[in-house]
Amino acid sequence: MAVRMSRQLLHYLTLMVAASVFVAPLLFMVVGSLKPEHQVLVDAGSWRAFVPDEVQLNNYLDVFDRVRFGRYLLNSLFITAMIVLVGLVVNSMAGYAFARLQWRGRTVLFAAVLAIMIIPLEAIAVPLFYQVTMFGWRDTYLVQIIPFVANALSIFLFYTFFVGLPRELEEAARVAGAGVLRTFVSIVVPNSKPVYATVAILTFLMQWGAFLWPLMVTSGEAVRPLPLAVATFYGLPPLQWGDIFAFGVMMISPILIVFLIFQPWFVRGVVATGIKG
Amino acid sequence: MGLLFAAPALVGLLVFVAIPFALALILALTNLRLGSPLPLEFMGVEQFRRIFADAAFTRALWNNALFALVVVPLQTGLALGLALLLHQNFRGRILFRTLFFMPVVFPLSLVAVVWTLIYAPGPSGMMNSFLTVVSFGAWEPRDFLHDPLFALPAIMVTSIWQGTGFQMLILLAGLQAIPEELYEAARIDGAGHLGTFLHVTIPQLRNTLIFVVLVTTILAFRLFDQVQIMTQGGPRNASTTVMFEAVQAAFSRQQVAAGAAMSVVLFVVVLAVTMVQQRFARQEREIQ
Repeated sequence: MAVRMSRQLLHYLTLMVAASVFVAPLLFMVVGSLKPEHQVLVDAGSWRAFVPDEVQLNNYLDVFDRVRFGRYLLNSLFITAMIVLVGLVVNSMAGYAFARLQWRGRTVLFAAVLAIMIIPLEAIAVPLFYQVTMFGWRDTYLVQIIPFVANALSIFLFYTFFVGLPRELEEAARVAGAGVLRTFVSIVVPNSKPVYATVAILTFLMQWGAFLWPLMVTSGEAVRPLPLAVATFYGLPPLQWGDIFAFGVMMISPILIVFLIFQPWFVRGVVATGIKG
Repeated sequence: MGLLFAAPALVGLLVFVAIPFALALILALTNLRLGSPLPLEFMGVEQFRRIFADAAFTRALWNNALFALVVVPLQTGLALGLALLLHQNFRGRILFRTLFFMPVVFPLSLVAVVWTLIYAPGPSGMMNSFLTVVSFGAWEPRDFLHDPLFALPAIMVTSIWQGTGFQMLILLAGLQAIPEELYEAARIDGAGHLGTFLHVTIPQLRNTLIFVVLVTTILAFRLFDQVQIMTQGGPRNASTTVMFEAVQAAFSRQQVAAGAAMSVVLFVVVLAVTMVQQRFARQEREIQ
């Protein structure tokens, strides 16, 4: 009994130590955002960094005074939402075509999609930049959305799900005279909610933090997303850590709330990437 | 009809992945430099010879490799440890899983900015004072991000903090997929904790582990955001990476061809890593 108790205690203790490492930077940011500027640096070297005193919201007001935070937030939300939504439509249709429909070139093109899956954005960012410059797309929403809509991994995830779906429902719909599009929209999609949710979450996770590409293609602040904006805000004199932390807290709150509500789906989304392994 | 269904996605992949990829290969073989008076020429592999003669680029390649060599085993080990801790029945399981996974939803750029302050120089910097406390005063405060010895390790720690939760979740799913009978059989055979771990958990988790290692290795070679924000590749290239050099070449120096050649090198590394992984995974299937 005593052995079991102490094992349990050790288990919890290990978990607590690990958890505090993961939470400390976040806590530092939240607490720091509430402190007067001079206090942030003074407290950074002690336990006081994690304890709020003299709580005030000046840093938050400062952020709105100094930059157009609301604009960045809307930019990020709009760009990510468009990539996710249009991506769901386009990639699920492709996944369905590869999983269920008979057409010429299907095998070859599917092999091509699988091959494309391993090309990271970093390997094509430089030529892609010159390409979109030729299109005249610099400094737009378009340039941050369109190149990322079609996604080989998403197609693959939809493909594997649709292949495993029982054919009977679709066949019944076809016998009843529904066309391919009709069958897809009214039979397949409603029965595939899990895969849509998984791909949506995964796309969101991958695109929400986009930094390299916006850094390359945007120069004005009109279409700048949050991850880039926090870096430029950090570089904007005077260097005020309280303000930067307030920016960080406001930037992370919406996604943290979404994450806490839809956590099971995040878990599924992450696990889905491991399927192909 | 099938082609029609697939067309929008296929056109997207063609225009925004396949064509730029081909363009990278072609540009790498030229001398393209914006604003250069020289005529555009085909130069064969000259660009590759040049970037490999460039000390900053070879240092970058080495830094990426070093990053992978350190971060992959550390992060995978840490993620596996956390997954094992969570793969038990106890109160607060979901809470701890949430806390470990939370950094994953943080944009890397925000993480990099916050950690820049954590690494602040002087005895009152958070990391410095933490290390002073745990070393009972033996630690001498450093300016981590401006110290050639500590800049890259500092970025490694930041990246591990942000990335472990992702790996942990995948490994946890892998653990949950292992049939309970295998553990029972091992216990009947008299295996202890270590025995079941080595003879049941690790072999059963093998493909998941290979996948996690692959993803982490590839991410190590894509490293950019943290470097751009925390160190700008410095001091004296101590923390530069292939992607940071490619962006420098293409945008600061307008050397498009050199930037393209570096991108191609990045892709070759990713391809090689993927092929090695496929080989390991295939061996596993043959054994089964």
